[in-house]
Amino acid sequence: MTGQLLSYAIWVPIVAGLIVLATGGDKHAGIQRWLALIGALLGFLVTLPLYAGFDVESAGMQFEELRPWIETFNINYHLGVDGLSVWFVILNAFTTLMVVLAGWQVIERRVGQYMAAFLIMSGLINGAFAALDAILFYVFFEAMLIPMYLVIGIWGGPRRVYASIKFFLYTFLGSLLTLVAFVYLYYQAGHSFDIQAFHRLPLGMTAQALVLVAFFFAFAVKVPMWPVHTWLPDAHVEAPTGGSMVLAAITLKLGAYGFLRFALPIAPDASREYAWVFVLLSLIAVVYIGFVALVQTDMKKLVAYSSISHMGFVTLGFFMFARGTDLNSFAVEGAIVQMISHGFVSAAMFFSIGVMYDRVHSRKIADYGGVANKMPIFASFFMLFAMANAGLPGTSGFVGEFFVVLGAVQVNFWYAVLAATTLIFGAAYTLWMYKRVIFGDVANQHVAELSDVNKREFLVLAILAVAVLGMGLYPKPFTDLMHFSVNDLIWHVSQTKLPQ
Amino acid sequence: MDMKTIYLLIPLAPLFGAIIAGLFGWAIGRRAAHCVTIGGVAVSFALSAYVLNHLLSGGEAFNGTVYTWLTINGVDFNVGFLVDKLTAMMMCVVTFVSLMVHIYTIGYMQEDPGYQRFFSYISLFTFSMLMLVMANNFVQLFFGWEAVGLVSYLLIGFWFKRPTATFANLKAFLVNRVGDFGFLLGIGLVLAYFGSLDYATVFAKAPELKDTTITLMTGHTWSLMAVTCILLFVGAMGKSAQFPLHVWLPDSMEGPTPISALIHAATMVTAGIFMVARMSPMFELSDTALNFVLVIGAITALFMGFLGIIQNDIKRVVAYSTLSQLGYMTVALGVSAYSVAAFHLMTHAFFKALLFLGAGSVIIGMHHDQDIRNMGGLRKYMPITWITSLLGSLALIGTPFFAGFYSKDSIIEAVEFSTLPGAGFAHFAVLAGVFVTAFYSFRMYFLVFHGKERWMEKGHHDHHHDDHGDDHHHGLGPNDKPHESPWVVTLPLILLAIPSVVIGYLAIEPMLYGGFFDGVISVNHESHRAMEMMKEEFHGPLAMVTHAFSTLPLYLAIAGVAAAYVFYLVKPSIPAAIDRFFSAIGVRKVLEEKYYMDHLYINGFAAAGRAVGTVLWKVGDALLIDGLIVNGAAKLVGFVSSAVRRVQTGYIYHYAFAMIIGALGFITVWLGARLGWFGPEVFQWVVGLLYPQA
Repeated sequence: MTGQLLSYAIWVPIVAGLIVLATGGDKHAGIQRWLALIGALLGFLVTLPLYAGFDVESAGMQFEELRPWIETFNINYHLGVDGLSVWFVILNAFTTLMVVLAGWQVIERRVGQYMAAFLIMSGLINGAFAALDAILFYVFFEAMLIPMYLVIGIWGGPRRVYASIKFFLYTFLGSLLTLVAFVYLYYQAGHSFDIQAFHRLPLGMTAQALVLVAFFFAFAVKVPMWPVHTWLPDAHVEAPTGGSMVLAAITLKLGAYGFLRFALPIAPDASREYAWVFVLLSLIAVVYIGFVALVQTDMKKLVAYSSISHMGFVTLGFFMFARGTDLNSFAVEGAIVQMISHGFVSAAMFFSIGVMYDRVHSRKIADYGGVANKMPIFASFFMLFAMANAGLPGTSGFVGEFFVVLGAVQVNFWYAVLAATTLIFGAAYTLWMYKRVIFGDVANQHVAELSDVNKREFLVLAILAVAVLGMGLYPKPFTDLMHFSVNDLIWHVSQTKLPQ
Repeated sequence: MDMKTIYLLIPLAPLFGAIIAGLFGWAIGRRAAHCVTIGGVAVSFALSAYVLNHLLSGGEAFNGTVYTWLTINGVDFNVGFLVDKLTAMMMCVVTFVSLMVHIYTIGYMQEDPGYQRFFSYISLFTFSMLMLVMANNFVQLFFGWEAVGLVSYLLIGFWFKRPTATFANLKAFLVNRVGDFGFLLGIGLVLAYFGSLDYATVFAKAPELKDTTITLMTGHTWSLMAVTCILLFVGAMGKSAQFPLHVWLPDSMEGPTPISALIHAATMVTAGIFMVARMSPMFELSDTALNFVLVIGAITALFMGFLGIIQNDIKRVVAYSTLSQLGYMTVALGVSAYSVAAFHLMTHAFFKALLFLGAGSVIIGMHHDQDIRNMGGLRKYMPITWITSLLGSLALIGTPFFAGFYSKDSIIEAVEFSTLPGAGFAHFAVLAGVFVTAFYSFRMYFLVFHGKERWMEKGHHDHHHDDHGDDHHHGLGPNDKPHESPWVVTLPLILLAIPSVVIGYLAIEPMLYGGFFDGVISVNHESHRAMEMMKEEFHGPLAMVTHAFSTLPLYLAIAGVAAAYVFYLVKPSIPAAIDRFFSAIGVRKVLEEKYYMDHLYINGFAAAGRAVGTVLWKVGDALLIDGLIVNGAAKLVGFVSSAVRRVQTGYIYHYAFAMIIGALGFITVWLGARLGWFGPEVFQWVVGLLYPQA
């Protein structure tokens, strides 16, 4: 079985999703929920051996599977994970489980289709993280847009059509150039779409620069980096809670992962040459978006902007690995830790907002106030997640930001100064929102009628709380899996691939 | 039990209590919640005392790892303990004051619905503070640093229905974050240049890097040590409320009084002082940084004292006094008298906790009226509170033989001996501060415990806390009489009064001159001679008292008390006249507005931040990116596609026509190739275009 773990991680949720779909309409909603839960649970369980069986002493691909797919073009069904990707497969399966629980009673319309969309999406995303063939990656990467598009477009808010089309076009247009780059690399690599072959490929500076630009468009949109971020707040605001959770926790990570898997190792010289562009855009994301988040009146929008700012740390960290000729992995590992942590924290934040939205049907901060009086248990959880969002030590949110800043100091003190402003911004926008929503006297009739979390909501909050605290107090198991792959990556990026 | 287990138990015992009371408080009830938390802290205190004794009787200091938190880039980041005498002293102070506050809370919070939550928080605080002082590396220090900040935030906003409380806790957190911003960058520089965040490694390497310079702006080189130390000190300025990051502390008085004593007087706010003392091997290498520390401390010591004079809220008087005393400690750090700073930290913890808890007892007696203008003559009704508060005040102003006398006089002396450029100003500040301290302390004391019983005639003063939680009544009626507080409140007062009186006399010789901090605090005695010179002049605690009669500070203190006596008991018309004078020249307004610092932060920085945010959002995101580029592109696509759409007419004959044209074209190319009009490669090219596989 271990030989096909990654295939299981991909196809178990997809098959589960199809089964759920096959059970028909809403009169079977009860059984569909349970089927979806079983599917998500199985999907999560099959990813656990990836952690248990992972060889931490290896920088290479593990759990590899290789089968020909389209032989004419030498396209293979080639899967494998290394220290850069393994966590995201697990995180994705975990998030799907949370999403199924989160939507349990909340979704009343087209339950089966809702659950199926998330299960299928989960499998497709796992495919993108595990693919070692560029076309296979591309197919998964694009295919996952479809269920997300449907999730926003069908179960979304009033402006869902605008948001879903904006989401789709933004991300789809971004990735078209990537396909061009893949085709170019295919010819350069002697008719191969093997990603690892791309890594070894010598390329001239112009070619590298063009390839980097192509990747930039695809992945920067997904991350999203400033200034191609404006689809995210709209998508989040209109998406149902589950959609926001997956969007923030997982799909953004795909963009960041793209930089690690493609841009940096395939175009290392161009990456070094143009690192300043990425650094600049990342720092703008941290500071500019920090300001913007401060003035948001919609909770989901606020957290969406905060996501952009946190992802700015990720892309910043990717480029903070060299002090002169001294390489260090503080910031790169910090960035990957930040990606995982943001998966937990943003999912938790969006779920928490969902809990309130389900009761009051408003996301406006002004419609709340004094929620703690009526929902003390919820308020405690939300406090924890707000603090994690503000990067408090002891929560997962701290670890990544801390090491990205420490890594940035090594490269350029002023980068670190700008990045560290997140300590102030993050606390300001998150806790100010918390204060207005949770503290104070009961603000209105809606708040007065609130009831505290039910068992299902408690379960989701508690699992996420354990994840956030566990990773904050003992992040070593997370980073232990990364060391070799990250060091290997950094070493590769520091080498020139220009033809001699 | 081996020592390592003991070191682990000390922080974990209060954590256990906090978890039980916090998560299961609803189930186990009030009594069990306070028993488990008090038990945890009591264990912690007993073991801390044992550890201190162990070290005093020649035991080895401990420096070891508990677990490896994270490994990155081959560097281990550990959770680990460094237990030396400085740590042990802090542990004893923290756990003792915490224990007193826990007991006191039984009485103070008895009517509060959040009883269990409160106990959970203060035990959690004790855990966090212990982790902070016991850290053997910067990461854990930062952990504890932010964790105490979190608990402080939760406790200032404990009464979360009160808008003033939730404003104050947000403000406290954010101002502290500004300090942490510097602190984090300082830690970043330490890692970058020392290659480790373990104290031992860093301190050992510090002398090598004394002359290292860094270029932060092209053309300007800075001393690494100066930049690093100043950045670290910025963190201390936030946590220990030094000017200009002091603004959060007075507002933190919105929290319940027990935590004002524990967190905002005795322990958390001294974390910055502790940190700088801990980092003495680094600060000693940079006179620039020390001078910065000295001047900031001096400003805080004097100017915050002035504000204490005009406060009418009993807790705020004590709060400004705390600010001023923290300034004294910082001054001591600046002149390299780290042990004196630690000494004053300890004495201050006892008498300031006593003063706060005394104030709390008064507040209970006054039924939650905090305005000292409504009090008076309370000594008749609250004798224990009265006597203990008097002892605390005497200790604070530096009365000979009391704890504060020894520590404060030592600070003044150390500043006198300092040769740093800022020492002149600092000396003036700490001397003037003595008079100011004595004056505001006894102004409060006389107004509260002596004179007319003014609550009988009130009605014209506003209550400070009219918006208090619903379960409290506010203030005494004209016919009510205040009562002495229950024993759970007065017992801690008595237990804190004892060290407030005697600890200075007992501890000064061993702590400052007996080598207590040898190997812990490092002072470069060649360039910073204050401690050496003081040692030469020290002839025992008794001689220090006799010597005090020939120096200025004692007379300044007496003058302060005398002035307060005359102003507030003998001739109340004098302060009124002075008040009118200062109002006329505008000084009063400046003091009332606290030097306009809050205006600057709230109407300046915070408002500007929101304005910038709005502009970036509405103009940057909405207008430029979305409006111009995204929707512009969409419109362009829409325009092109509406043009292209015309091709798709839906009429079969149009499509058939297009097919025929295409076929004709293809045939032309094929024929052309056959007939040799052009080379076969053109045909190949077209076929390749249409069928790339072939």
